[in-house]
Amino acid sequence: MTTGTEEAAEGRVYTLSGGDWDELVSDLGEAGEEHVVVNMGPQHPSTHGVLRLILELDGETVTEARCGVGYLHTGIEKNCEYRTYTQGVTFVTRADYLAPFYNEAAYCLAVERLLGIEEQVPDRASVVRVMLMELNRISSHLVALATGGLELGALTVMTAGFRERELVLDVFEMITGLRMNHGFIRPGGLAQDLPPGTVDKVRDVIKLLAKRLRDYENLLNENPIWLARTKGVGYLDLTGCIALGITGPVLRATGLPHDLRKSQPYCGYESYEFDTITMTGADAYDRYLIRVNEMKESLKIVEQCLDRLEPGPVMVEDKKIAWPAQLALGADGLGNSLDHIRKIMATSMEALIHHFKLVTEGFAVPAGQVYAAVESPRGELGCHMVSDGGTRPYRVHLRDPSFTNLQAVAAMCEGGLVADVIAAVASLDPVLGGVDR
Amino acid sequence: MTSDSFLPGDVPPRRGMFGVRGTGDTSGYGRLVRRVEVPPAAARPYGGYADEVADELDIALRGGDIVWDDAIEKVVVDRGEITFFVRRERLREVAQRLRDEPVLRFEFCSGVSGVHYPDESGRELHAVYQLRSITHNRIIRLEVTAPDADPHIPSLVALYPTLDWHERETYDFFGIVFDGHPALTRIEMPDDWVGHPQRKDYPLGGIPVEYKGAEIDPPDERRAYG
Repeated sequence: MTTGTEEAAEGRVYTLSGGDWDELVSDLGEAGEEHVVVNMGPQHPSTHGVLRLILELDGETVTEARCGVGYLHTGIEKNCEYRTYTQGVTFVTRADYLAPFYNEAAYCLAVERLLGIEEQVPDRASVVRVMLMELNRISSHLVALATGGLELGALTVMTAGFRERELVLDVFEMITGLRMNHGFIRPGGLAQDLPPGTVDKVRDVIKLLAKRLRDYENLLNENPIWLARTKGVGYLDLTGCIALGITGPVLRATGLPHDLRKSQPYCGYESYEFDTITMTGADAYDRYLIRVNEMKESLKIVEQCLDRLEPGPVMVEDKKIAWPAQLALGADGLGNSLDHIRKIMATSMEALIHHFKLVTEGFAVPAGQVYAAVESPRGELGCHMVSDGGTRPYRVHLRDPSFTNLQAVAAMCEGGLVADVIAAVASLDPVLGGVDR
Repeated sequence: MTSDSFLPGDVPPRRGMFGVRGTGDTSGYGRLVRRVEVPPAAARPYGGYADEVADELDIALRGGDIVWDDAIEKVVVDRGEITFFVRRERLREVAQRLRDEPVLRFEFCSGVSGVHYPDESGRELHAVYQLRSITHNRIIRLEVTAPDADPHIPSLVALYPTLDWHERETYDFFGIVFDGHPALTRIEMPDDWVGHPQRKDYPLGGIPVEYKGAEIDPPDERRAYG
């Protein structure tokens, strides 16, 4: 037995090199009753990203749970202050990387309100925005289910969830050219119109998704292991949610039908028919049910979008704001259309100057401040934007729901088991890119 | 710029064009000076539910023997959004009433965001709160200022526990000290970080990038348009 203890400056130090566990435990004496502090993460497969959980444990019971965040801080807000309003989209889309269209939409709605052009955004642009956002809600909820399932050991849910998400990402790739970080929604409208064949493709995908979503319910709704891991786990009631500022599925799982798409509609959400899903269990299982049912509602909205897609412009009329060039596929990839280049270089000096000014300098936005909020898959995603009258934002702040929702970890996990921490965090569905920005 | 047009922040006049300073500019544009119009203080009626909120807040404040002008510096209504500029000494009392009065009931706080206006002397630091009333489906904004020399603002964590992390973030990035916060530590930056990165006097910290043989300056050192 080579276990010994010695008194060091910072307290008792245990050295351990093999031996019998019984002896070791009896050697520890009353010290064995002491709590252990465990660092879970930031590199841990079941913390949903680079989230560090600091857990104080009494055996298997969590007595204190704290979060450490900041490992993915990239200074998106600060960077936006040094780029034009149009370039800012490219930055904010990378915040909550599972819901890029929501970041872009919140940001662009803020810019548009500052510019006072909310009413001028063409219908087609708003319909496409809604369609993309709702498809994005599906892909985001699928990742929530997939990673949540993975973290609880349900590998089939993981493989199936990512498989279906890929279908949605294929649509995104077809429309925007990228699977993530699209930078597709622009202040004033969209970067470009939908490519031909989009409507058919989206119809196929939502038909397939509607069928596949039933598989999730068949697989999980009554699954005894899933129920045992999620039912009654991560409980947080309405009072707790409101006090902690929790929104999204977690809030709706307490029975409050709070949904910004209904209460403060934007992008024309008031004209779509869909239900706000609520549950009353306020636990991880009900949050799962809400996500599955919200995906079905999203499918309904996407279908309505497809039905009301009318041909038309996707960018505001105002040439002082609208990006001058249409994108086109050239020999070296997607870029400014050659027709446009030919026109500005060869025939129109003024168009060339205009293009140059708008692209390099950007458009000036009247001074003031606004707060535009959208209902992202995780809750209220707000953009507080201040303009000083220049061509770059004076301040951009994203109120990210993941950041706020993570504050509930202590309330949800303390007093429970370590294994339930995983289920509770998974049911919050934090995305660390959004938390840290 | 008149003395009371400091909202949303005192914006310095924009000078010149093309980012050229001092030498090299023979166009004359370098001497351009343009004043920036900022939304002025609003007078009654504010429009929408803003009047009702202001009335009820006034009544609630008077119930606590607080004079309106003593607590509210100014009200700005701009682009359909209402901002109450609250004096920091009265922030807690105002927020308490906004949250607890049944007719106001702003039970939900969407967080606090800092803004730094280095040119607005005596009120360089702003903390901006978005309050939402789910009950009445309203949203208002509170703005509180503090001078750089004394960057203290009372903490609202006791009223809105959600502000715990938001205040830590604002402290981290702007150096605003929220008095009464249970544990005001950095949240995004490392604990031993020096400085508050989102202040305007803090550089972006980019490095030059080489692209096709040319060197591109970091974004905060590039020539910028006025």
